Amino acid sequence: MMNTSMNKACKVLPGTIIKGKWHGNTYRILKMLGCGATGSVYLIESSKGYAALKISENSMGITSEVNVLKRLAKVQGSCLGPSLIDVDDWFNTASGKMLPFYVMEYVKGEHFIQFIKNNGAIWIDVLILQLLSNLEELHQSGWVFGDLKPDNLIVTGPPPKIRCIDVGGTTINGRSIKEFTEFFDRGYWELGTRKAEPKYDLFAVGMIIINAVFQKRFSKKGNSKEQLMQIINSHPFLNERKQVLTKALFGSYSSALEMKQDLLHHVSNANLQRKRNVQAQSKPKRTANNRKRKKKKSKGLIETLVIMVCLAFLYSLYIFATLL
Amino acid sequence: MRKGTLKQILLLTDGCSNHGEDPIAMAALAKEHGITVNVIGILEENVIDQDAMQEIEGIAEAGGGVSQVVYAHQLSQTVQMVTRKAMTQTLQGVVNRELKHILGKSTSIEELPPEQRGEVMEVVEELGETVNLEILILVDTSASMGPKLPTVKEALFDLSISLNSRIGNNQYSLFIFPGKRSETEILLDWTPKLDSLSTIFPKLTTEGLTPTGPAIKGAIQHFKQKRSLRGMLDDEYLDEQSM
Repeated sequence: MMNTSMNKACKVLPGTIIKGKWHGNTYRILKMLGCGATGSVYLIESSKGYAALKISENSMGITSEVNVLKRLAKVQGSCLGPSLIDVDDWFNTASGKMLPFYVMEYVKGEHFIQFIKNNGAIWIDVLILQLLSNLEELHQSGWVFGDLKPDNLIVTGPPPKIRCIDVGGTTINGRSIKEFTEFFDRGYWELGTRKAEPKYDLFAVGMIIINAVFQKRFSKKGNSKEQLMQIINSHPFLNERKQVLTKALFGSYSSALEMKQDLLHHVSNANLQRKRNVQAQSKPKRTANNRKRKKKKSKGLIETLVIMVCLAFLYSLYIFATLL
Repeated sequence: MRKGTLKQILLLTDGCSNHGEDPIAMAALAKEHGITVNVIGILEENVIDQDAMQEIEGIAEAGGGVSQVVYAHQLSQTVQMVTRKAMTQTLQGVVNRELKHILGKSTSIEELPPEQRGEVMEVVEELGETVNLEILILVDTSASMGPKLPTVKEALFDLSISLNSRIGNNQYSLFIFPGKRSETEILLDWTPKLDSLSTIFPKLTTEGLTPTGPAIKGAIQHFKQKRSLRGMLDDEYLDEQSM
């Protein structure tokens, strides 16, 4: 792809000093953090410590992202994009080109999928709930995240907290989505347009849950609605959250808050349900195996009673002794 | 600034033209008519054809557009990206001209300080969202394109999802080359909906020659016809230059 030739110009070796043309700040490149369609991101060291620097040949792309980061900074206490530190141009003598770049906060943490792999699916609910709170805030301020996918989510902490790192797709409500990734795009699944609206992000959230459970992505085959339902039915974790997932994927939620409340409600209900199920399962069934277990259980009961009686006896002795 | 219409040719091909006018010259001609030519080269996996690459880049460069070479499975996302990038690039050119008017010297967006660049970019993005778009799609149906046609269909369908999500209006037209009887054949005349593609595409047969140059020439003619028709109906026709 042409991207490779485009990125060549933005390949900067570790140790390179980048000096801004307009603001004159200097940054030392430490290592590459990532490389995407719109440019490369490096870990850098400046007089104020570590930060991340994104550099690209695509001046319009960089400028557009900077605009979004500036707007996001105005959303109070938001955990969406990283905070913006500097915007400038750098003359790369190697390629003889003026390259635009911006410097942002370095969000240190684990990628979402890796975090789930290491810490278990139990974290999916928690992190998705956090993400929905963030999205609600973003949507309230008139923006839609757009290119929402696990690759753009980082879990910082402790305590674990979800952060979005790439705002390249963030679009004003009502316009067409700037950047997207097929698996998380409702247009690809033929389940809606690419018009930026809260529902667009919520579809992506649903697909993130599916991606996190299977740790892989699928491609479209035939009727996508049926295909997605099959996928949900095929996994107990997804099946338990079927109601929330179908509503997110088929556009029934009007806001992130609504989805959050539903998921929260569902998760606590599911826990209750599970407890009830466990109790129901432990109810005696007339099998020898169960009777044995019952015997074991009553044995345990007698044991506790004996210990309690002993303790009560000892305690009364102690009280008796102190009284005397 | 008044809302205008962007005119684009989107050429989907897999290789070298071998018939008729030089496609690079035709692309340069299109540019003179205010039409941008974008090219997507669809290649076979593991094959690098230097001549084909050169022609693809050359046509886009002469046509003031964007080019991208991809493998068939990456097509959908690329078609969308190239179209969007080309729109931004054209609008940027328009805004650059306006800037020169205002600032009086040769100032381009890239030469502005980052803060002002941000403000200009907001204008460009707003225009990209609201401007009307006329896009003429040229599909190479020479023999080697046969197996790639289903993917092309899907990618074009996907493109229409993206473009129809914009606020501005879209008009699509679709040509194939070579046609059954002539060098180019019109499959779809100007329409706001690309849905009808799914009925036309399965019937396509592929032919031998690749008359890329004549196809671009035909496309320019088609734009001109539209213009003269509109001109008769409505004298307030706005084209890119009048924005």
